[in-house]
Amino acid sequence: MHGWLLLLPAAVLLVTFTHYPTVATLYHSFFSTSKPGRPTAWIGLDNYRNMVEDPVFWQVLANNLWYALATIPLSIALAILMAVWVNGKIPGRGLLRLSFFTPTVLPMIAVANIWLFFYTPGYGLLEQVTGLFGLPSHNWLGSRNTALGCLVVVTVWKEAGFFMIFYLAALQSISPHLTEAASLMGAGRWYFFRRVTFPLLMPTTLFVLVNAVINSFRLVDHIVVMTKGGPDNTTALLLYYIYDVGFKFWDSGYAAALTLVLLVILAAFAMGQFLFLDRRVHYQ
Amino acid sequence: MTRTFTALETAGAWVLGFLWALPLAYAVWTAFHPSEFSTHFVPTAPLSLENFVKAWAAAPFARYFVNTILLVTMILAAQLVLCTMAAYAFARFTFRGREIAFLLVLVQLMIMPDVLIVENYRTMSRLGILDSLLAIGLPYMASAFGIFLLRQTFKTVPKELDEAARVEGAGPLEILWKVYVPLARPVYIAYALVSVSYHWNNFLWPLIVTNSVNSRPLTVGLQVFSSGDQGVDWSIITAATLMTSGPLLVAFLLFQRQFVQSFMRAGIR
Repeated sequence: MHGWLLLLPAAVLLVTFTHYPTVATLYHSFFSTSKPGRPTAWIGLDNYRNMVEDPVFWQVLANNLWYALATIPLSIALAILMAVWVNGKIPGRGLLRLSFFTPTVLPMIAVANIWLFFYTPGYGLLEQVTGLFGLPSHNWLGSRNTALGCLVVVTVWKEAGFFMIFYLAALQSISPHLTEAASLMGAGRWYFFRRVTFPLLMPTTLFVLVNAVINSFRLVDHIVVMTKGGPDNTTALLLYYIYDVGFKFWDSGYAAALTLVLLVILAAFAMGQFLFLDRRVHYQ
Repeated sequence: MTRTFTALETAGAWVLGFLWALPLAYAVWTAFHPSEFSTHFVPTAPLSLENFVKAWAAAPFARYFVNTILLVTMILAAQLVLCTMAAYAFARFTFRGREIAFLLVLVQLMIMPDVLIVENYRTMSRLGILDSLLAIGLPYMASAFGIFLLRQTFKTVPKELDEAARVEGAGPLEILWKVYVPLARPVYIAYALVSVSYHWNNFLWPLIVTNSVNSRPLTVGLQVFSSGDQGVDWSIITAATLMTSGPLLVAFLLFQRQFVQSFMRAGIR
């Protein structure tokens, strides 16, 4: 009895802002969007039919996939590298740690503004550097081939240092006896890393992976600032498209259907994590 | 052989460190120099605070600061109270449906309020609180992450302490306040730091639910300012950008160790 009373306030808010909207998303995705003189009506699967025929939807989904496939391995690999370096006896360790971690504390929107300036055609820092090498001017964010890549760089820059600290903690918990034993036996550093350190870091990698996947579907602040999904939707991610459809075209029915796709992706990932990955790593 | 390798590695680390610091260093350079030097890197360039003064005057940043501070305080206060109570219930009470309720709480770890923008906007509009700080904060107040973190901590508190307090006639809330909360202090600090930086930086949801100066937090204010059509000078935008992240950045530089440890503690669950 006491238990439920203590839980009640949090439960009410959770139900109102997490569980109810999840169910309501499904329900509203079967309705048309109300327009002046035409109230909302049950239209069955029409929103989903439109979705399948919407080329932008497929493009956005592909963008999100490429974005995740690029940012996740890159930021994890860099995070491990940073952690190994900062954990060793490298000169200037404190400064390096500071440099790697600082982007984590900045708001994504501030980061995006800084990088927007960095990429500016003509006089941004990137253009100045490429200009030194005599390369022709290039509109990095305005061109179809490079825009998504630019966003990947920003995301990796922001996230790698955050993931680094988890690897750092894991590295510090590895017994120094292991390193000693290995060096006595004449194992090279790379061999030691591959056969001992990396497997021991596996739980950390799983944890970081889950975070990275969620982030790749959750965080679109930089897109609002830097590209607004352009050019030609080449940088629109799923959540950004939902924002566009829901709050610029005010098509709430279609936005609900799109949200449901996002929820299904996240739920499928959660199930996969639950079923295939080691449960003990994350819970209890 | 090993020595050249170590030297190469050190060089590699420094190159990466330099690249990582470059965007921010560039922003700091631009913000603190007159705009004609924004892309000219001469050591003799005069330092100036003019960009900050202009940015401060060009948009109601004072109001945005007040809004953000009120917002993060309100969210944190609510989170601490709600999560403490819920975590206590899960850690030390047995009641029907506890396991299922806990699983339902964990759902929010995957499906965050950040992705439920369409339906939550509908709810806020029905509640009639659009364009208010309350509307920005409400979806985040019951935090599954906080409940989870505190439950884990409360579970490590020895039962004997709990029982000793009960023998002395303390009620459940008194035990919570006098035994559990003090013992969980480091976790509260870690959670508070993570929560404040998260909500100081949050952008998309506040952008959607606010549309006036009275409720806009800094991040949204910055976006409105820098995307204005009057073609603002880059130096001023950069100054505004640093200004909005300034308090967090300064706090981070002062309490670096505390920050890193908090992010780590809150992350490893």
